Amino acid sequence: MAVTRRLALLLCLLMLASRSPSLASTSAPENMSTGDEHSSTDQGETGHGKAPITTLPIVTWKWQHVSIPYLVALWILVSWLCKLVIEANHHVTNVIPESALLICFGFLLGGMIWGADHVQTFSLTPTVFFFYLLPQAILDAGYSMPNKLFFTNMGGILVYAVIGTCWNAATLGLSLWGCHQGGAMGDLDIGLLQYLLFGSLMAAVDPVAVIAVFEQVHVNEVLFIMVFGESLLNDGVTVVLFNVFDAFVSLGGSKINAAEIIKGIVSFFVVAFGGSLVGFVFGLLLSLLTRCTKNIRIIEPGFIFVMGYLAYLTAEMLSLSAILSIMFCAMCCQKYVNANMDENSVNTVRYALKVFANGSETIIFVFLGISAIDKVIWVWNTGFILLTLLFILVYRFIGVFLLTWILNKYRLVPIDLVDQVIMSYGGLRGAVAYALAAMLDENKIKEKNLMVCTTLIVVYFTVIFQGITMKPLVKWLKVKRAAMSEMTLLERVQNTMFNHILVAVEDISGQIGHNYMREKWKKFEENWMSWLLLKPSARKNQDQIFSVFHQLNLKDAASYVVEGERRGSLEFIRNEGAFVDFKKKFGEDFYDMMPDIMVDTSDEQDRMSATRRDPVPSVSLEMYEQTMQAMREPEDVNTHYLLQQHLYKSRKQHRHRFSRSHFDINKDEREVQEIFQRTMRSRLESFKSAKMGMAPPKTISKHTKKDQQQKVPNGKNKSYYSGDEDFEFSEGDSASGYDGNIPMRVSYRAGAGIENPAFMPDLDPQSSLQIPPWLAEAELDSGTVAPSQLAQVRLPWPSNLHRLAPLRISGRSTDSFTLADAPAAQQDDKEELPPPPPPPPHL
Amino acid sequence: MGALQSSPGHPEYIDLSEKTGFSIEQIGVLHKRFKQLSHNEESLRREQFEEIPDLACNPIRAQIIEAFFDKRNYHQNGEGTVNEIGFEEFLVVMSHFRPPSLHITEEQLEKVRREKLRFLFNMHDTDNDGTITLEEYRHVVEELLSRSGALGKETAKSIADAAMLEVASISMGHMEPDEFYEGITFEHFLKLLDGFEIESKMSVRFLNMDTITLCK
Repeated sequence: MAVTRRLALLLCLLMLASRSPSLASTSAPENMSTGDEHSSTDQGETGHGKAPITTLPIVTWKWQHVSIPYLVALWILVSWLCKLVIEANHHVTNVIPESALLICFGFLLGGMIWGADHVQTFSLTPTVFFFYLLPQAILDAGYSMPNKLFFTNMGGILVYAVIGTCWNAATLGLSLWGCHQGGAMGDLDIGLLQYLLFGSLMAAVDPVAVIAVFEQVHVNEVLFIMVFGESLLNDGVTVVLFNVFDAFVSLGGSKINAAEIIKGIVSFFVVAFGGSLVGFVFGLLLSLLTRCTKNIRIIEPGFIFVMGYLAYLTAEMLSLSAILSIMFCAMCCQKYVNANMDENSVNTVRYALKVFANGSETIIFVFLGISAIDKVIWVWNTGFILLTLLFILVYRFIGVFLLTWILNKYRLVPIDLVDQVIMSYGGLRGAVAYALAAMLDENKIKEKNLMVCTTLIVVYFTVIFQGITMKPLVKWLKVKRAAMSEMTLLERVQNTMFNHILVAVEDISGQIGHNYMREKWKKFEENWMSWLLLKPSARKNQDQIFSVFHQLNLKDAASYVVEGERRGSLEFIRNEGAFVDFKKKFGEDFYDMMPDIMVDTSDEQDRMSATRRDPVPSVSLEMYEQTMQAMREPEDVNTHYLLQQHLYKSRKQHRHRFSRSHFDINKDEREVQEIFQRTMRSRLESFKSAKMGMAPPKTISKHTKKDQQQKVPNGKNKSYYSGDEDFEFSEGDSASGYDGNIPMRVSYRAGAGIENPAFMPDLDPQSSLQIPPWLAEAELDSGTVAPSQLAQVRLPWPSNLHRLAPLRISGRSTDSFTLADAPAAQQDDKEELPPPPPPPPHL
Repeated sequence: MGALQSSPGHPEYIDLSEKTGFSIEQIGVLHKRFKQLSHNEESLRREQFEEIPDLACNPIRAQIIEAFFDKRNYHQNGEGTVNEIGFEEFLVVMSHFRPPSLHITEEQLEKVRREKLRFLFNMHDTDNDGTITLEEYRHVVEELLSRSGALGKETAKSIADAAMLEVASISMGHMEPDEFYEGITFEHFLKLLDGFEIESKMSVRFLNMDTITLCK
């Protein structure tokens, strides 16, 4: 797979780059403790048998041959093991953020290497960082970016990212220069431009560090997106600023005139916007690409990574902002890619992104720690270092407060003081700054090591100290936290409604505001972008409310299965009238179940009465079952699918076939046959017990047959049903024919908690057509109901009742007269309820 | 209705400004818009709202327009609807969408929340009986989803039902089998949308500038 290959390549190069100086010399392995003793023997073998061999070696030691990839893999393993150790005890990570702990582990590891080698062999090099570690972290951030939130706060984010970063760079550079002139740091060979260069590399808030700290504190979403968005965008800004100042430094102060400065400003915009544009184009391409990856599901997820990485490299090639490019690529494509790809692929992408991002984040922090243990870079200058720390903190606060003050004049919802403090304090510096510092050219900047060392100290200070104090600060200041609960359906509906209301109000008041623009964009997006980038089949499922609804249904179905499995079978499904609310009612014993049956029958009574008389137009708990049933109607295809997945799983493991391009295993006919037969047997058993009941099995088979036929035209999943349809037919026939085999059933019952729900007449579209009373009432009231519809409402009753009887008995072995009695008893209850008011009642 | 002269001078603006909290400039802009919509008449009718081109594709425009003619939205104890509104009423309804000012106390914020939610509640509660019944809720949801082609009427209904059930289970907790949930009362509504930050979400930026010429 492309992803894996890339990862491997990435890591190879990571170590290659970090070890390249030592590899140049042949004595390199001697630095490694594992390598020394064999180094003398393996020298000959490493060059693919260049040395003449005297005899055939059976085994040879080829450390040189594998050393680079081996070390890469080993380091990854070590970094991840660090994380594993850290995450093992939660009360430590609750106090100290993981990133800080990882850096400390880095110190330890670095110390060990230093102790062994007396030279730092491993350190984070800019090439490795920018090419192989950073992209996936940014890709993940972009891909999981809440787009709406981001674009709503885009103005603010841009202001902080662009103006804020320039402010930070300029003030830090100028102040340090001023202090230098004032003689605060002794004799240093740093000019104004070099100070500004240093300022620009220190200016950016680091996304990796910010994410690592902020995802543990759960601040409110506006604050989070502000800090997070700023840290992502300003990376682009810093890199640009850095390049501009780097060029200025190379040019030398005398050659910089107005034209050069203007060029610098122009290049700033070109680089930033150009990078975003490249990302956007790649995002579009990627979306288009996923439109037609239906036949290569297995490598589908790989495209995201490859295209994202290409976006990054392309921007880098054009000397545009690569970070902005990969971020925008991921942000643009996320919606379309998620809709276009198979659900499994989407999950794969999500997980793989997290694996890469989290993995590289871990490596970054560990190596930040390791890099510190190196005598070469430590050049101490108290004035320079302390002043830098001070200025960074102070100017960050001033910048944030100043910009927020301006922003708040234009913001609908102002950013309050507490949030501003957290935003200022969240200005963590990280690996980007370090990598940029490491990129400085020693020939041009004499004090490179001082800068690197200062950068490291700033990084450690912000990540460790500010990271640790962030949580208490957030608590102490009582920062508004993010709502932890998921949005309810009601809230989603209200949200959609708000959008429409706000647009309408803007329309009526004749304003062109955010909502107006958003609506226009949405329309454009719906009409053009979706048309271009989405598969026709995916276009349907775009509605948010529907997706929540869909998820609710799935959850419902899943809990259904879980409950059923806990009982050891899916017997309950047969009890089709009783869509018992398991959360409330499950777990009771057989006898305790009785009231439920009563309840069920009572609401059947209700339903029946709904057609006869006016029911009460309110939601009651009893109707819950009905509603769930009604809800399930568009979903029963899914439910079937879900149940089936669960049911077939036990078989799957027995038939493992390797295929590089397919996952599906359940295509074996004999298997299906077998499942069918098992189902049949258990089924027949239930018929037998139903024999004392009244409904002949024929009713069922006929009925289901009809159901299936009904379902097929509606069902989205036609191919799925066409298989089962056949079974339904044959089932009906064989039902009587198999009667003689009943004795066999006992042996099968034991293992046969497994039944194919598709064979069950449980999710009967007709019964879900039985509209709940309030609904039926609505239709009756409205007077627009065609007679045929009314007929449909009534029609299923007799057959349904017949059908209920045997099944329920089989499930619970209750008697038929329970059924007969229950309605009567319940009816009495019902009489006590408020008499159904005339239409429109209560209104 | 039509309490204002056709060309109100500044004194009236100041009154209105105190009453609704809009700035004089904003009132000026809105008044211009009002006259544009009403074709220089003193009052607005429903048809004139329906003529706004951008509104045509709004799925719940009927409810929104109705809100402008609902007396409940003018003052606390109003009831019933009117057929024409003057500028003052127009402005009062608009003022529900004013963002809360920067420096207000918790209590004031709570009051703003309540007012905004009341407006929203009234939008659902068409018959003004103090509860949003399933009927009413379902109607709104149907309208809301009527524009997105993928969802049929049945789905809209089930979504409304599911949401209502959710409401019932949240606000009533455990219900006995013979209990009924009549509908969402205002108190429940407040509770349900507690974490919703309505004060920031239900706000529109009213500009001081005149952008009407850009907008049909």
